[in-house]
Amino acid sequence: MGGYGDVQMIDENGLRMDGRSPGDIRDITIETGVIPVADGSCRMTWGTNEAIVAVYGPMEAHPRKIQRQDRAVLDVAYNMAPFSTTDRMRPGFNRRSREISKVTKDALESVVLLELYPRSKIRVTIEIVSAEAGTRCVGLTAASVALADAGIPMTDLVVSVASGKINDVVVCDLNKEEDNYGEADLPMGIMPNSGELVFLQMDGNLSQEEFKQAWKYNMDAAQVVHGMMVEALKGGGPQ
Amino acid sequence: MNSGPVARPDNMAKKNGAAGPRGNIRGQTLVVPGEDLGDSGDFEAGHGVMAISGRLKAVKQGRLREKGGSISVDPTHTRYIPRPGDLVIGYIEGCTNNLWFIELGAPFNAILPMSLGPGKVDFGGTRSVMDIGDAVLCRIQEVEETHSSVVTMKGMGLRKIRSGVIEEIDPHLLGRLIGKGGESLRRLKAETECRIVVADNGRMWIDGELDGILDVRNKLSAISERNSGGED
Repeated sequence: MGGYGDVQMIDENGLRMDGRSPGDIRDITIETGVIPVADGSCRMTWGTNEAIVAVYGPMEAHPRKIQRQDRAVLDVAYNMAPFSTTDRMRPGFNRRSREISKVTKDALESVVLLELYPRSKIRVTIEIVSAEAGTRCVGLTAASVALADAGIPMTDLVVSVASGKINDVVVCDLNKEEDNYGEADLPMGIMPNSGELVFLQMDGNLSQEEFKQAWKYNMDAAQVVHGMMVEALKGGGPQ
Repeated sequence: MNSGPVARPDNMAKKNGAAGPRGNIRGQTLVVPGEDLGDSGDFEAGHGVMAISGRLKAVKQGRLREKGGSISVDPTHTRYIPRPGDLVIGYIEGCTNNLWFIELGAPFNAILPMSLGPGKVDFGGTRSVMDIGDAVLCRIQEVEETHSSVVTMKGMGLRKIRSGVIEEIDPHLLGRLIGKGGESLRRLKAETECRIVVADNGRMWIDGELDGILDVRNKLSAISERNSGGED
């Protein structure tokens, strides 16, 4: 979010640098069952973002001190591969990845029926192998597909989409330049069947009207992405 | 688990595009978590289904099944949940002076007390009898309210597994392997000339000639593939 207002990212016809209209999202592909040893897995590409998620469990929670007597614990680890960006990422966890792991865990805890598996653990590993912008959204969305693929009971899937503001125009699904030089960013995690929110963050400033527009873009995009998630889950495995 | 077809906007079947809640979709076979299954008025919520605000909702991915006034989901993937009396194959995951911890492929490990172990074991000598990584054929003796389970090796045929291989499939697919009255399993044993012990937690002990073992493995992967998604 550089906020460099002189970078022109939207032309006189209202098209963005990559040719999309303000409400368009980038191309998405979703594939399930990509890691044979995992209980559930998903590979998701979103523009040039790519996330691979593996889910293991429910399993015995170790060390025992992390066990909860009334429910399972979710162990979410988000990590960006060193080769995922043009500048090499230093391997291992950092403050950003810890933050994203935490917000992803909190969002997923809203939908996973953890009380069915007391004292156990469900491990969700999110690996970003190619990063453009919006990796937390890709990670969370792919994690919800992988959890469903693993047969973990959930009240709904979670779709995460971000909208933002560039050159005073609200746009959906920011790409790298828009994210770097835009004026605001609003990632949301949405339960598509009920329209409930499980996650919301905001960076930058939006007026009430702009916020409502970004909200609407996110809600509309969530329905499109949800359709693709359902398609991937129902088509999973050889016919 | 096998890699499935990729969902892209250009190859999506529009009829399945689940854009939000729908009215009644009981005619469809496969459901995903959160899918609305219609009004809960006439149906009871079975396995994998919850009634929320008067509507039935799938909470697992799998096939929809309607039987005897209840609607349930046959999940595509499941985890074994221990029940007393189940024959199980587990791996020793840890031990103390007087008990072993057994991994059964369930969300919770079971314990095997020294008193229910194989033969006579001296206090402190658990590891010399069965060490970490060993496979055992045992039976669930007790499942507590807290989901802790106790297994026993006192019983006919219960033993440490020293030969053959152990294979695994999802526990809900065991019925397809065994068949009606055990017919399919009997035929498989006869065809492959292998000794096969099928445990309730989805693991099976296969002992015999290499060719026979490979035949059984192929049969298991065929069952898993056939049931990992899509129609029958």
